[in-house]
Amino acid sequence: MDFISVVYALLFYLASVIFVVFVARKIYQYATVPAPLKIPTMPAPLTTSGVALRLAREVVFFESLFRSNKWIWLFGWMFHLALLVVLLRHLRYFIDPVWMWVALIQPFGKYASFFMLIGLAGLLARRIVVERIRYISNPSDYLMLLLLLLIGMSGTMLTFVLHTDIVQLKAFTLGLLYFDWQPLPKDPAVLVHLGAVIVLMIIFPFSKLLHAPGIFFSPSRNQVDNAREKRHIAEWATKLETPNN
Amino acid sequence: MAAFDVPPFRPYPIIPELKPDAMKKDGPFIAKPDHQEALGFPGKLVDNWQEKAIEKMGDLLKRFRSFQVYMDACVKCGACTDKCHYFIGTSDPKNMPVARQDLLRQVYRRYFTFAGKYFPKLVGAKDLTREILDEWYNYYHQCSQCRRCSVFCPYGIDTAEISMAAREIMDSIGHGQKYCNEIIAKVYKIGNNLGLPEPALRDTLEGLEEDILDATGVAVRLPIDEEGVDVLLVTPSADFFAEPHVDGLVGYAKVFHQAGISWTISSYASEAANFSMFIGSYENMRKIALRIRQAAIDLKVKRIVFGECGHAWRVAYSFLNTLAGPFDFLDPKYPVPQHICELTYDLIQRGALKLDKTANDHMKLTFHDSCNVARATRMGSMPGGQFVIPREVIKAVCNHYYDMPSDTIHDGTFCCGGGGGLLTDDLMEVRVKGALPRMEALKQVTDDHGVTHMAAICAICKSQFTKVLPYYGFRMDQIVSVHQLVSNAIVLSPPE
Repeated sequence: MDFISVVYALLFYLASVIFVVFVARKIYQYATVPAPLKIPTMPAPLTTSGVALRLAREVVFFESLFRSNKWIWLFGWMFHLALLVVLLRHLRYFIDPVWMWVALIQPFGKYASFFMLIGLAGLLARRIVVERIRYISNPSDYLMLLLLLLIGMSGTMLTFVLHTDIVQLKAFTLGLLYFDWQPLPKDPAVLVHLGAVIVLMIIFPFSKLLHAPGIFFSPSRNQVDNAREKRHIAEWATKLETPNN
Repeated sequence: MAAFDVPPFRPYPIIPELKPDAMKKDGPFIAKPDHQEALGFPGKLVDNWQEKAIEKMGDLLKRFRSFQVYMDACVKCGACTDKCHYFIGTSDPKNMPVARQDLLRQVYRRYFTFAGKYFPKLVGAKDLTREILDEWYNYYHQCSQCRRCSVFCPYGIDTAEISMAAREIMDSIGHGQKYCNEIIAKVYKIGNNLGLPEPALRDTLEGLEEDILDATGVAVRLPIDEEGVDVLLVTPSADFFAEPHVDGLVGYAKVFHQAGISWTISSYASEAANFSMFIGSYENMRKIALRIRQAAIDLKVKRIVFGECGHAWRVAYSFLNTLAGPFDFLDPKYPVPQHICELTYDLIQRGALKLDKTANDHMKLTFHDSCNVARATRMGSMPGGQFVIPREVIKAVCNHYYDMPSDTIHDGTFCCGGGGGLLTDDLMEVRVKGALPRMEALKQVTDDHGVTHMAAICAICKSQFTKVLPYYGFRMDQIVSVHQLVSNAIVLSPPE
């Protein structure tokens, strides 16, 4: 085992632990902080299954964003959907033998990377060109897009141009999973790609990427419209109901 | 007429170019110590206000999931940036919802997040300084908490929640707004926002009874503090004297009369409005809500019905059961509470009211969806009933009705510009400018269909439009109450 492979292996473990522990902490926080009042954005569903459907439409189709701004929706949705397909394709590097459906989506996953890049480029262009969005952008907002672009571009290069020893790469990832470390191919594109992914995993729980778990806990989207039928009292609010209050 | 320029109508709804600091001001008048202390807040800005403000922010983050999630979830996508009527009317970038949120978020990041503590410049985190406090005070009082941005946000981030939190933080360090806090103190002392004591109320209601008798020859009662009746009517105190509100009150009275429903107003809970919502104070909101519960118990009524008031209906529909429930002592056949439009609509459906639509033939009407009713409540049993029911009531009493453009009604409605505790003369500029999108929509139906009047079901909308319509070339009496239309059309049974 060489030094670089050991460093990358250790960083992957570190990044995974940070990602899981701190995202879990955030989810725990969102789940446990009470929502003391009913504040769904109306009209809202009257049942829990209706709410599940509302959230599903938001998560799958970005319904509100579509209504809001077609350009942001187009680029944002394109990026997220393509990312999903690309991630699913990447399952092939973590399972052996490769599941049938993962094998089947391989060609889609390969070309989805282009849509991912177009989406990201569109979002970046809007952030730079549209005055209102430039105004609200912080350095981190640009850097996040650049990081994702770096991951996307290095990955696309690996797929289509700078082929690496992919069998060896899979040996490395499986080695991580089974604690049987294998050397990593040292192509610069591989190192850049994996390094950027590690950075992304580490900053995820401390950044605006928390919108991913956040949307499921957004009271304006996840509450049932039944305030007249059911009391919705938070624990801290019940303490106000003692006689001398 | 004005010390500022009234924004011109846009030929088509272009998004304005940014004019940074266009609305940089001192904000509304600051609350006096009396007003602050009556609400349980420090009288004036405390010495260690920075520390206290951060402490309060931490407290709210632990008590309100909305606040915690909304501080984290924003990705600065920009979807909300052109959705706020105050931004459209003022071009001040800090009136873009995300920028308004960021005034608080930058401080949240600095004190409560890893990235903000160690890389403040990178994520735009800032220390809480006097300049930032002043910006909070100014720009969180240029938000009417209308929730329009929340409809368009992919995560449902609701700037209303954030501006409520900001105001709660400012109140807690002794830096509250005079208008809201003075009014809440008045409710505690006298029972309503306007400070009308019981004898004055009684006089007013008697006067209205005489007016109705003179006009119709029918004795319609407007009872106060009457025990054992069916319905407790809780209505905004503006209904007792302001125009066109009072015509709506007369309408409610005629509906009750004609339907044979016994009812009363309470002098103790003579206010539907609950301005504590505007300042984000759960405790104060609860205290006012409990007055309604108490009045219902004391007067031994079977039902609670709310008059035409936007944010009051939000507190009533969405919060009353939580704040002051359970209402198991009321008649379980009826939802608690009910909106007067629901009641009138049911009666119309059952054919219990005789209506003469031609009585409103001198008007061509449109309907302004009040923001709180549209985006924070419901009427009837199906989602969206809050859009259908008031319109059905209007159509049942008027022959000529036209909707404003579809992106300015229903849950896309534009706020009147005076909601959320901004209905005060010291905020006239932002009120007038914020009314621009609604005025443009009204202009369009005026040009296209010859609409002459706009009906509303909110006391704040009515007062606001009365004031701002003339700035845009309309007449102040072009705003009417929905139950004023009902009042005109209802055919009262001749005296027995």
